[in-house]
Amino acid sequence: MNRSLRKRMRLKGLIRKESLQILRDPSSIAIAFIMPVILLLLFGYGVSLDAKHIRLATVVEQPDTNTAGLIGAFQHSEYFIPVLYHTVQDAEIALMEHKVDGIVWLRNDFSDRLLSRKTAPIGVYVNGVNANQARISVGYIQGVWQTWLSSFSRDQGHDLKTPVMIEPRIWFNAAVNSRYFLVPGLIAVIMTLIGALLTSMVVAREWERGTMEALMVTPIRISEILLGKLIPYFILGMGGMFLSVAMAVWLFDVPLRGSFLALTAASALFMMVALGMGLLISTVAKNQFVAGQIAIITTFLPAFILSGFIFQISAMPEPIQFITHIIPARYFVAILQTIFLAGDIWPIILSNCAALLIMMFVFFGIIKKKAHKRLI
Amino acid sequence: MKTSNALELESVSKTFSSGNRTVVAVDDMSLKIDYGKVTGLIGPDGAGKTTLMRLATGLLLPDQGRIMVLGIDAVQNPLRVQSSVGYMPQRFGLYEDLTVQENLDLYADLQGVSDKDRTERYQELMHMTGLAPFTNRLSGKLSGGMKQKLGLACTLIHPPRLLILDEPTVGVDPVSRRELWSIIYRQVQDEGMSVLLSTAYLDEAERCDEIILMHQGKRLGQGAPRSFSQPLKGRVFHISAPAINKRSLSIRLNSIPGITDAIIEGEKVRVVTETEGMPDLVAYFPDDSNLKIEPAEPIFEDAFIATLGTEKKTRVPYDLAPLQQKNISRQEASEVVIEVKNLKRKFGDFIAVNDVSFQVKRGEIFGLLGANGAGKSTTFRMLCGLLPVTTGTVRTAGHDLRTASAEARGKIGYMAQRFSLYANLSVEQNLRFFASAYGLARKRKKTRIGWALSTFELAPYRDTIAGDLPLGFKQRLAMAASLMHEPEILFLDEPTSGVDPLARREFWLRINTLAESGVTVLVTTHFMDEANYCDRLIIMSEGKVLAEGSPAELKSSIQRPDLPDPTMEDVFITLIEYGKNTEGQAA
Amino acid sequence: MITLRHILALAIKELLAILKDKQSRVILIGPPIAQLLVFGYAATFDLNHIPVAIYDEDHSQLSRALVARLRGSPHFELIDPLDHDGQIEVAINNKEALIVLHIGSRFGSEIEKGKSAQVQAIIDGRNSNTALLALGYLRTIVTDFNIEWFERNGLTGPPASLAIRSWFNENLVSRWFIVPGIVGLLSLVITTIVTGLSVAREREAGTFDQLLVTPLRPVEILIGKSVPGILIGLIEGSFILLMAIYWFEVPLRGNLGALYIGMFLFLLSATGVGLMISSIALTQQQGILGAFLFLVPSVILSGFATPIANMPEIIQYLTYLNPLRYFLIILRSVFLEGDSYALLLDQYFPMTLIAVVTLAAAGWSFRHRLS
Repeated sequence: MNRSLRKRMRLKGLIRKESLQILRDPSSIAIAFIMPVILLLLFGYGVSLDAKHIRLATVVEQPDTNTAGLIGAFQHSEYFIPVLYHTVQDAEIALMEHKVDGIVWLRNDFSDRLLSRKTAPIGVYVNGVNANQARISVGYIQGVWQTWLSSFSRDQGHDLKTPVMIEPRIWFNAAVNSRYFLVPGLIAVIMTLIGALLTSMVVAREWERGTMEALMVTPIRISEILLGKLIPYFILGMGGMFLSVAMAVWLFDVPLRGSFLALTAASALFMMVALGMGLLISTVAKNQFVAGQIAIITTFLPAFILSGFIFQISAMPEPIQFITHIIPARYFVAILQTIFLAGDIWPIILSNCAALLIMMFVFFGIIKKKAHKRLI
Repeated sequence: MKTSNALELESVSKTFSSGNRTVVAVDDMSLKIDYGKVTGLIGPDGAGKTTLMRLATGLLLPDQGRIMVLGIDAVQNPLRVQSSVGYMPQRFGLYEDLTVQENLDLYADLQGVSDKDRTERYQELMHMTGLAPFTNRLSGKLSGGMKQKLGLACTLIHPPRLLILDEPTVGVDPVSRRELWSIIYRQVQDEGMSVLLSTAYLDEAERCDEIILMHQGKRLGQGAPRSFSQPLKGRVFHISAPAINKRSLSIRLNSIPGITDAIIEGEKVRVVTETEGMPDLVAYFPDDSNLKIEPAEPIFEDAFIATLGTEKKTRVPYDLAPLQQKNISRQEASEVVIEVKNLKRKFGDFIAVNDVSFQVKRGEIFGLLGANGAGKSTTFRMLCGLLPVTTGTVRTAGHDLRTASAEARGKIGYMAQRFSLYANLSVEQNLRFFASAYGLARKRKKTRIGWALSTFELAPYRDTIAGDLPLGFKQRLAMAASLMHEPEILFLDEPTSGVDPLARREFWLRINTLAESGVTVLVTTHFMDEANYCDRLIIMSEGKVLAEGSPAELKSSIQRPDLPDPTMEDVFITLIEYGKNTEGQAA
Repeated sequence: MITLRHILALAIKELLAILKDKQSRVILIGPPIAQLLVFGYAATFDLNHIPVAIYDEDHSQLSRALVARLRGSPHFELIDPLDHDGQIEVAINNKEALIVLHIGSRFGSEIEKGKSAQVQAIIDGRNSNTALLALGYLRTIVTDFNIEWFERNGLTGPPASLAIRSWFNENLVSRWFIVPGIVGLLSLVITTIVTGLSVAREREAGTFDQLLVTPLRPVEILIGKSVPGILIGLIEGSFILLMAIYWFEVPLRGNLGALYIGMFLFLLSATGVGLMISSIALTQQQGILGAFLFLVPSVILSGFATPIANMPEIIQYLTYLNPLRYFLIILRSVFLEGDSYALLLDQYFPMTLIAVVTLAAAGWSFRHRLS
């Protein structure tokens, strides 16, 4: 029998063994399929940055048709739930007790000043603890105010001429639905977890059960052992990936504007990097306890915070931006957000894929160096 | 490129370092192993046996020296070595979630056995190991003996020219052990295979063609088993004394200068002396003791002890036992302290313990004998209240420990399998912790820790991290910890598993001394010869009790003209075969 | 009867076991500090240096004045201007610019005539949150530009204007929101790592059996095992707290005592969950999986980055089971809103409840979980 035939036979044997183990151990299947479904369901619905249902205390000290018009504008907006308070003191207490998120205060001279064109001030207080939400709420309040202002002026008969009017065109996500960018990002975060979890313990487990030592004294090469592990888990991971994509498209209605082919290719590449990271952890750790701890620390929080999934990388200080380059999820988040929302923008896809490719080579290079067919 | 030696080591050294400690596992060792022989590698724990085997398979790189395996350099060319040797590590890595057939297929694939050769080889191996009816069973559900046979079959799929086996029979029942040995011999005879194996059972050494005795990484000797035992002619005796019970006899003999070893063997005590002839014992035994001394034929075990035991012979002090416990009165001696009635334990549809009943009286050493997986540990865990019973009753010191108050647990000591200690705490910290856990007050705690350190000779290791201790010392520490509170009943689960013969002797000496002072001892073991130390015992197999009685009763029950002096192992094998026969008749 | 001596012995043993191991020492001290620094800076919703490309077809004095305002803002950074339509798509698609500001050729003349001039802002919506924030900044600049125009030409402005004030965080610095959150996040991770495997590990090593046959009561084992998690959590939590106050300069306006009560209850409940996971798990692998499965949702559904109020009702109910949810509210209330004990009772109570339930479950499964 020639050498390549033997090599094929060994690899086939290992892959079959690993696949049988996966099939008999429900926990791998659970990690690959049930975990993404549950996480994506929880987070896809649970994670949203849109400020909807902002509870707004409205204080009108002297109600009349003008104030009714303005408050009506807030009532008609889909973003607000106005709650009427009689005094501004009551409203302030409500704001402090988190019963409302903001206050709109029309003083008793509002209509007088409005009609005499003395620029009536509209008092707006927001709870600034969550700065991001506060900012978005203020933006919506400004929007309501502007719409009301132009309709009021038209009714009064004098056309208000604002010199410069912004005409925003938000591309790729005209409805500014935050789920559209959060769901693809979540897929990247979840896949990092799954890829690393699937493999971080499989090698360590073989060491602990003593099966590794028995494997090592067969004519097998270390690269074959690694490939034998990688291929089944790759297939499993890609299964989880497709499941997540299907959920994103059909359940969360995220548009998929790029090609499926590009998505598959990039996902395959990323899956290799994530599995490589897990394999590296488990090759270095050799015991499940440490492997697990390292996996917890190095995968989840970094992927969550430093990948650009939720926090814009370009807004971070330079040194931190630099650090984000070692987070594989960063590249995949960029690719996914682009393929889903913008389409096949090759310069973005290719440059990020190149980075992933480099990471893959680095990971497998280290693994190859660290994992030799020796016990120590 | 065939050379005359299957394995050749030339001044090979290997050291390991963990933290700031370095251990020389193999120390400038040279040896040659012939083709077509079974060579046994024997030595106490930490002698470097496993390291030597791993070096020979190319799994470890030596710090220096040359290793030639079947004429191939293991350092330069590990992959070629690995395709021509078969190696079975101590815990052979069977994939427990794969079936017997799937495990075989995997190793056949890895060894590159063609489909044509495969069918034939499978048949042969399945026939040889008796696994044929179980090919579709998950290997995790096989008994310990069957697992080892399957492991051996996996290494033999592609017949290697050199077979290396690391403690292949440890924890395996005597029947399976015999079968394993017959498989090994067939390979040597039919295929001309060379075999290197290590074992903790010294009786197995006698079955090897050649023995390499290793100690502290060095080779102490090499030759046929007889070449080790013959020089001891005239130094081995059987002593018995009708007036003294065998336990106190062995304790006393052990403390006599000039006697290297005294162990209970059947109803007598086997003694190995330092020089030829028996020292004068009159001074140690008052005139009415009526000692009967007969010379005995030396065996390898005697040689092993004589060679290694002298330098570290420990004389266990008499004050090992709690001082306040006096010799128990006759009335107390008949008191039943542990009672087990129709005990049953199921895990799913697997019956781990099936209708077990026995009683233990105060001051007895009571043994649970059986192979791994016979249900001994499960029974133990139920006795200690660690596991609820499925049906049946368990009373320990008058309580069901599962529901009893915390104080009731203060009466028992428990030493878990594998000497469970906090591996990253020091010896003293471990003792301190267990003393507090047993609620010892400050002054008593201090005296007991002092007692433990001196009685178990742990004082030099006081600040050593428990995980770094040699196995024998781990065992001592675990035992010390379980005795901190001077318990009435001591549970010892596999206390001698994996421990070398020297440490085992020392351990039993301590147990004997404890029992003499009135502590009830319950012990499980898979070493059949350790049954001799017990007052009474049960033999368990597959969850059931095969027999109950004192060692003498059990042995005499199977005595036949062709088996005038049966061993405990014979008892076990006879009982198993008897069980099979009746089963066969019933079917 | 619970003896202090037993608990003390257990707690000392646990602490020694954790701290004597070099690897776990490193894991417990290194990453939290590194992550605090990195995440403290990284986790921000505030935008600066937003890349903007100007496509000015007008080149009038007015258009240049508008561009100059953008250039002067710290939030924006102008990249090379565009000179034809086709470049807009490239600039946005390739993420060279987040915003392309398209000023039409009649911009100056329209304004001079007293009409409104439309300026098109094309924004990359791939991250809709960033898009909205960037648009907000742009709006502010344009509003200022308009007011200046009105004033310079002696015109009256709009009949009503907004006087916006934000409470507790006047300049809407999102770091003030995020950094107190990181205190909670990292305390949770540390506690989970310390406790999440402590029982499972002993079960695998066999020492847990050894513990159970001693006269120690499950309650004592429970307390003994909780102490290290809480102690390490308190020490590291305090350190992170100090960093938040002195390094990241988040104002601490409320009562420190109220904060510490919250921290203690939070650590107690996190320890409870960790111990529960580890005592239900039969192997360390299950323990790690369990810790992961607890950690990930509790972080994402805690309100750390995305508000709980935005979640669907069912998921909002789920967050009531999450101790981090309550602790984050306490942290932010004490830091920014200056709350004290009375206002936080609603947060203390559920954490206490979670702690009692999970600790009881852990203690129960010590003996009842079979191997």
